Order: sequence, then structure tokens, then C-alpha cells
Amino acid sequence: MTETGRPDAPNLADAAAHIRSAYVHIPFCARWCPYCDFAVVEGRDDSTDRYVRAVVSEIESEPAWGELGAIFFGGGTPSRLAPPLLGSIVEAVAERFGVADTAEVTLEANPEDWTEDLASGLVAQGFTRVSFGAQSFDPVVLTALGRAHTPDHIVRAVEAARSAGFSSVSLDLIYGTPGESMDSWARTVEKALGLEPDHLSAYALTVEPATPLGMQVRRGGAAPDPDLQADMWERAVAAAESACLVRYEVSNFAKPAHACLYNLGVWAQGEYLGFGLGAHGFRDGVRRRNVKRLDTYVERIESGLGAVQGTEVIGGWAAEIERLMLGLRRAAGVTSGAGGEALMASDSGKRLVDAGVVGLSGDRLVVTRPLLTDEVVRAVLALGEYP
Amino acid sequence: MPGDEDGRIAPASGTVQSGTSTLTTPGVFVTDQSRIRNFSIIAHIDHGKSTLADRLLERTGAITEREMREQVLDTMDIERERGITIKANNVRLEYTARDGASYVLNLIDTPGHVDFSYEVSRSLAACEGALLLADAAQGVQAQTLANAYLAVEAGLEVIPALNKVDLPAADPERVAEELVGILGGDPDEVLRLSAKTGLGVDDLFEKIIREVPAPVGSVEAPLRALVFDSYFDAYRGVVCYIRVVDGRISAGERLRFMASGEEYNANEVGFLTPRAVSVATLGPGEVGYLITGAKEIDRIKVGDTITSVAYQATAPLPGYSEPKSMVFSGLYPTDGDDFERLREALDKLRLNDASLHYEPESSRALGFGFRTGFLGLLHMEIVRERLEREYDLDLVATAPSVAYRVVKPSGEAIEIHSPQDLPNPGEVATVEEPYMRVMIISPSEYIGAIMDLVTNARGDMVNMTYLSPERVELVYHVPLAEVVFGFFDSLKSRTRGYASMDYEISGYRASDLVKVDILLNSVPVDAFSAVVHRDKAYEYGKKLVDKLRELIPRQLFDVPIQAAIGSRIIARETVRARRKDVLAKCYGGDISRKRKLLEKQKEGKKRMKMVGSVEVPPEAFVAALKVDD
Ligand SMILES: Nc1nc2c(ncn2[C@@H]2O[C@H](COP(=O)(O)OP(=O)(O)O)[C@@H](O)[C@H]2O)c(=O)[nH]1
Ligand SMILES: C[S@@+](CC[C@H](N)C(=O)[O-])C[C@H]1O[C@@H](n2cnc3c(N)ncnc32)[C@H](O)[C@@H]1O
Repeated sequence: MTETGRPDAPNLADAAAHIRSAYVHIPFCARWCPYCDFAVVEGRDDSTDRYVRAVVSEIESEPAWGELGAIFFGGGTPSRLAPPLLGSIVEAVAERFGVADTAEVTLEANPEDWTEDLASGLVAQGFTRVSFGAQSFDPVVLTALGRAHTPDHIVRAVEAARSAGFSSVSLDLIYGTPGESMDSWARTVEKALGLEPDHLSAYALTVEPATPLGMQVRRGGAAPDPDLQADMWERAVAAAESACLVRYEVSNFAKPAHACLYNLGVWAQGEYLGFGLGAHGFRDGVRRRNVKRLDTYVERIESGLGAVQGTEVIGGWAAEIERLMLGLRRAAGVTSGAGGEALMASDSGKRLVDAGVVGLSGDRLVVTRPLLTDEVVRAVLALGEYP
Repeated sequence: MPGDEDGRIAPASGTVQSGTSTLTTPGVFVTDQSRIRNFSIIAHIDHGKSTLADRLLERTGAITEREMREQVLDTMDIERERGITIKANNVRLEYTARDGASYVLNLIDTPGHVDFSYEVSRSLAACEGALLLADAAQGVQAQTLANAYLAVEAGLEVIPALNKVDLPAADPERVAEELVGILGGDPDEVLRLSAKTGLGVDDLFEKIIREVPAPVGSVEAPLRALVFDSYFDAYRGVVCYIRVVDGRISAGERLRFMASGEEYNANEVGFLTPRAVSVATLGPGEVGYLITGAKEIDRIKVGDTITSVAYQATAPLPGYSEPKSMVFSGLYPTDGDDFERLREALDKLRLNDASLHYEPESSRALGFGFRTGFLGLLHMEIVRERLEREYDLDLVATAPSVAYRVVKPSGEAIEIHSPQDLPNPGEVATVEEPYMRVMIISPSEYIGAIMDLVTNARGDMVNMTYLSPERVELVYHVPLAEVVFGFFDSLKSRTRGYASMDYEISGYRASDLVKVDILLNSVPVDAFSAVVHRDKAYEYGKKLVDKLRELIPRQLFDVPIQAAIGSRIIARETVRARRKDVLAKCYGGDISRKRKLLEKQKEGKKRMKMVGSVEVPPEAFVAALKVDD
């Protein structure tokens, strides 16, 4: 793996397929953000110990595997748990599978939870990377998103992470919140980059149907404007690049050697284990997903039933479609393969090339208008199975 | 026995002799004409024709309880769903009257919709009488009235009757007045029926026997029988429904169809009870079926006169004419590979529907398809639905157009069925369009609203008659093209559903018509062209362009939509390029969900028609139908 390589280098992107990684879901939140469709629970902090014990026992019952190169704690809000609790999970993983010395161990964190003690405690438990849910530096937008933190919280959180010794600090931003102007977004990007993060994720606000935001939009409330979001995306790309953050995926930017290894693995169809409620794993060509309810998850683990709710074998054409669907999100693109070749030989492929949406760079298929990636995948799907 | 179940013709088995001794003329062995009554029921949809027919069948024991299906006379699914009878059908009832004598009553069904008025007139030509049935709550509707006029013109004895008198909302006195206003007579004499309870059914039979004249054909004269309907049976070939006017028709005899000149053997003759009963001979005044072995329905024309080759009539019965297509639309398979399947499906539909006309055409936008002629919009919808449902075809239909007559400067006249075929302005002296005589019945308070609608539709008033102080009959001349495009819906909404309407062709008239073309991405799309009156062209162009902007999804680049007359652009809109079409975030948990979502979306994509480099949804091609929404 090229430690100093550009985040968008093809060899880095493809090599990530060989990273073994694990995802751990921590569902607890102080409050449920109105746009969020992840598996979360509000006001259940009384169950954290029991939950962590269940996760540890889920880890212990997973068949042995090789050494892991990345662990990702997502949420929910992992930063709600005390470092020793999270640490017990890291330890269980290390004991069961082994964790490489150079491994990336990430947690998602809410800025308002973050203190210097918490930060150094987490470093002591083996965390190397933190991803803050900053979302915006405009207080009005933060309120609209139902967030509890202020821009100041973000600034202090980043400083504390740095001084505690996190080797990679990332910020999540959301653009296109109804009411957010281009100017507000430009200032948010500028302030975020001013903190010199190693990594930045800029997500277009997505209206998920099963959320309060989804409900509001269905009732005729304001929805994000996709054209404005496209402008905002362009703005973020330009600003990030002048701050030496390279866009290596549709929504992700990093300094050299700071691309998120866990995500690179997922986009390269690498294998990962999933622990905790609602977590997904992908191993030996099988995708499996855990039950989504907290009580069900804990009870099933405690009674030795296992938490898997469903599995899906990903093979044949579905695997090829996923390879393109995931791989084309990356700036490095993918090797053409059966799907890419069929596309480039088809009329719809030619139209996409003419419209500047997709192109070949050597033997790699690369999306040149990343915001239209889904259209490219649909075009492959429309060719039919094994065209 | 195939075909038997639905009351159609089964293969002959156990031939039955016609009639009983009390019914036959001694020595001749055909039914005595004085004991025959032929009649049909004229009613608006839902006024209870089918229910009454069921009661008549039950009362005469024509069909057992077990065999009794709901609505015996309607046979095809789509007809049943829509409550419309496409094919006239007939049934022979034997009724013993109060005077003790037995009678043969032939009930001949008539289609209920104007699209099929030619068939109505043929069915009426097979009868001496008609029952005019009106819902006692709703009163007379325009189509009923139009058919009643047809019956009167054809010299039929028309018996007025009220149905649904059991309903609390029934107002028999008022509706009886209305019927008498139309047909004359005494309101107290108007029959009061309830098809639901059976009330009045015997009185109805007696009245038919008393008032409908018996047929008066000559049994000695050469055979003349009217073909009033036909259909294709997969086992028996073409089955004709016939009414013998003069002479006799016997199984085994050589027959000649006078209009088409075709000759066939009478393989089988008989009547329906509604079970098929095969007989040796049908005599004058009788109604029944004939099977000749003909395999193609267009060989046998509805309205034709059958005579015997051995003993030929000199003159045919009056009234034969070719049913004429009024509305044309291009039918194209969404998937170009289905062209042959579409042709086969149309060929099969035509076996049963001689009024369906089609010829191959090609469109730059839509590829290969068929320009198809229909009797009217309803006929068009039924055909399209059957093609899609029964033949599993995915179709794009272009906006319907009427037939225009183009007179060239040389004086030569041509008929065009598609706007694409309208020659350039330099090659046109005049364009003529078909006009309809439109009859509307409405509560009089809506006269103003109707006048307004008609003026908008370029129509003019012919006549106005008050049926009663509250109800008025209005007659107008309106271009068919306007009638086709939403006229009926507008009429319904302007009169809150109280007006009813009927129309018939009244001839061609010159109009100031122009062709409006639509350009997508600067390329004209032939399938969107329309012929429009010059005064309305600008508004039409603007509305259609607006509508298309809504219907055409955003593409990878900006798509200008323009409307033009010749090279002059009269309206323009742009469908802006789609810029963002990707999920912001795609992590482990989203992958399966996301793949399945894309798979579903791809189905929508496959429906699209590529027009040049623009993806157009099939609905867009009929957008012109909806420009008034
Ligand atoms: N109350 C009542 N309902 C009736 C009567 N005759 C028919 N109907 C109902 O009116 C509706 C339409 O009748 P149908 O025979 O299908 O009408 P068609 O369209 O003229 O054949 C059906 O729901 C019948 O049950 C009647 O005499 N009284
Ligand atoms: C699992 S969430 C983070 C949870 C953590 N509690 C926080 O609030 O930062 C990860 C990131 O996904 C993004 N995200 C979640 N829902 C989103 C949505 N509906 N549209 C766009 N981005 C979303 C946010 O930027 C969020 O920081």
C-alpha cells in the first residue's frame, strides 16, 4: 500500500480490496437528527454496558479470520460511550482476529461530546482516526438540521483531537439543507478547510423517506434543490483542491496518505465483518445484515441465537453490478471488466461518452461527471444480464 | 363443447327441428310469421338493458338457473368491465301469451355507444320493433335518443318503457312525459318496469306481441337475408347473424353474398336460445346464425344481403355501407422487435372486428408501426387495451387524428390520415376536415355554458328544441377534430355530468388548417405533428410544449422543445440538463438496497423511447390529448 500515494491513485483503490476490516455499530444518540436514517436509539443510555457486552460476544462467536487492517465505529454516536467501553470492543476484535500495527481505527464523533480527556482516553484505547459530524458552520443551518452543537464546538473538538494524538482527523459536512444559501455553504467549506482537516466528507442532504425530514417533504415542505446541490458540490471540490485535499470519491476528499482505508475497502468489494445492531458484513461472497432493534439484538445475542436477520449471496451479474456501482464512485474508477466493456460497446454507453459522463483512461472506466454516476450504472443494468 | 359456455355456437350435435306444430305454417315447416316478433332494446349505459334481458330469458325459461350467468348477452371481458356491448348478439325466446298462443320473440342486442352506430343501424334493420328503455330516475340520455331516432327512421314500432321504478329516486311521471314528448302517445301508457324485481315483465311481453308488427316477408320469393353482425369463432370460422326477410335459407344450400359477390355453402343454420340450436331451414321473419366455413371475417360484410345461388334475388336489401374509420392513430411497439407480434395481434383482432383498419407506417421517431383507423375514441381505447392486455404488447400510441381531405392546386383531392402526410403549404389549395352533427341533451340552465364550449370548439348551432321546460335538445355542427379532443369531458364538467351527447358525421368543410410541428433538440419529431386551426395554433403549440416539458425527464444535456409552423418557431421551452443523480453516501449497509433501487429504476428507463438522443416516455406521445388539462 502506498503510504504517500495520492488518495485517488488507482493502485491504492484496487489494493484496498485486500484489506480485512470490521464495522461496529454504536446506535446510541442524545437525540435523533431529523434527516437520519441510520439505526439509532434515543434515551437508551442505560443499555450501553449490556449492548457492549453483546457486541463483544458477537465478535467472539465469529469464525476466526486474518489480521484486520481497519476498524470503523459508526453510529449512532460512538463518542457517547466512555473510552473503556469502546476499548473493550477494540480489544475483543484484536484478540479474536488480530489487528495490524498500522491499522486505521476510526470512530464517528459528535463535536459537542468531545473533550480533551475523551480524546486522550480514546487514543489510549487504540483509536487513530476521528470523523466529526460537523455538518455546517452556519448556526442557522445547524439548527435546521436539528444539531445540538455550535461552530465553536467543532473548532475545539478538532484542536483536542490533534493534541491528543489522533493521526487523522476528518469532518463531515452536509450541503443543500433547505434555506442554506450558496454563500453560507462557501463559508462553511472555508471554515472547515481553515481547520486543516486531513480528510473531508461533503454529503448532499438526502431526503430519506422514513425520517421526520422525509415526512415533512412528503407533506409539501421544502426539499433540497438538486441543481443548487450540484453547484455546491462544484464549489466544495474547487475549494478542497486548493487546500490540497484530493477528491477520491463522489463525496470524499483527503490529503495524501489520509484516504479512509475502511471505506476504500468497501468500495473495492473488499471483505468486512459487521457487528452490532443493523450492521452489515460481507465475507466469502455473502452479505449479511443484523437485526435493527436494540432489544431484539441484545436478547438474541444473549440467548445464543446470533443477530443475523438475513443473508444474500452476491455472485454473478449482481457482483459485477456492485463492482461498478461501488468502484465508479471513486476518482480512480474501475477496470472495465464485463460490464464496462458491454457499456462502452453499446449505444447508451456512446451517448454517455458524448455527454462527457464517462470515459476510458487506459483500461479503466472513469466517471468524469461524478454526480451522474448512478445514470452510468443504470445504463449497464439496462443492457440486461451478461449482455 | 367449445364455445357453448358463453352462449356462442357449438359444433353441431343432435340437430333439432325448427319450431313446434303450433308455430309452423302447415306444410312449409318454418315458423309462422304471424307468431314472430323481432325487437331490440335501446337504452343508455346502466339503464338496465342487460338486467332486463336476463329477466326476459328467465321468464321464458330460455336458460336454467345454473346456466344463468350475470349478463348473458355481454360476452367479452372488456365489454363486461365497461358495461358496453360491442357485438350485437341475439336470442330466441318462446313465450306463451295470455291468449294461450305461443310466440317466437327474437331479442336482438344493440351496441350502446356512438362509435358503433353503423352496427346499431344494422341491428335495427333486423327488427320490426324496439323497446326504448329509460332509467326512471335519470331520464332520457342523448345516445338513447339518437338510437330511438334511428329506430323511428327505420320504421320500427318504438315502445317506451321506464326501468328501475323500484328506486326511491324514481320519478316515473316526469320521465314518462319526456318519453312521450319524444315519441308521442299517452304518458299513462308508458310501461313501468323493474328489471330488478321483475315487475311489469309480462305486460312488456304482451305489449310487444300486440304492438310490434309481425314480419311480412314472402316465403315464395327468392331468399334475401340480412347479415346484421358477424364474429370469428376459433372452431367454426366466421359466424354470421342473419335475419331472413324473404324466402328460406337451408343447410347445404349454395349462397351468394350480393355486395361482396362471394359464394359459400350454408354449412349450418340455426338460432340461439342462447344455446345454439341447429335447424334445417330458417324462414321469412326468422333470426339466427349461419356458418359457411369462411375463415376471414372481412370476406363477409355486415349489412350485406344473402341470396340463394339457385334462386337469386334481383335487388339486395337497402342500407349496406362500409363502416368508415373516423379516428386514426399510429401504434408502435415500444420494443422495435415486437413489430411482427403487433402485426399478428392486429390480424387476430381483425378476425373479430371488421371495422379495424391498419396499414404499416414508419416514423423517424418511433420506428415501424401501424397507422390504425378506428370508429371513434372508445373503439381506439378498446383496441389498444386488448392489444396490451390480451397480446401482452407494450405500445406507444400517437395522438389521434382525423382524416383530412387535401385539395391540391391542380384540383386533385387526397385523403390523409396522419398529420405527417400534410403536404407543404405551396402544394395545398384547401384543406377540408370532417364535421359532426352533435346532439346534446341537457338541463336548460346549462345552455350558456354549452354554447360557450361549442364556440370554443369552432362549432355552430343548428337547432334547439325543448323536450320539457327543464330539458333541452341542442344540435350543432362541430369539427370532428374538436369532438375528439376532450369535447365530451368538457361538456360533462361544464354541465356537472347532466348533459349527454351523441354525434354522427355530417360531411367535410374547408377550414384554415396548419400543421404544427414539434422539435426536440432542434430535430422535428414526426410523431408529435398535429393539424390545427390557424387561430388556435399558437395556443396549441404553447400548451403542448409546456406539457412536454413536464413529461420529458431531465437528460444529460439541455433539451430545447420548440413548436413550429413551417420554419416559424411559435413556442419554446427547455428541459434543463440533469446535473445530480448519485447517492451522496454509499457505505456497507446501503449496498444491496442501492443495487435493488437502481434495478427498479432501470425498468423505467427501458420504457423510454429514444428519439434522436432524447429519452421520451410513451405518455408524451399522447400529450396532445391532454393539452386542455
Ligand atoms: N334498482 C334497480 N336497479 C336496476 C334495475 N335494472 C338494472 N338495475 C341496476 O342498474 C345497473 C345497470 O344495469 P345493467 O343491466 O348492467 O345496465 P346496461 O348497461 O343497460 O346493460 C346494475 O347495477 C343493475 O343491477 C331496476 O329495475 N331497479
Ligand atoms: C452515521 S452519521 C454520523 C453520526 C454522528 N452521530 C454525527 O452526527 O456526526 C455519518 C454522517 O452521515 C451524514 N449523513 C447522515 N444522514 C444523512 C443524510 N440524510 N443526508 C446526507 N448526509 C447524511 C452526516 O454527515 C453524518 O455526519
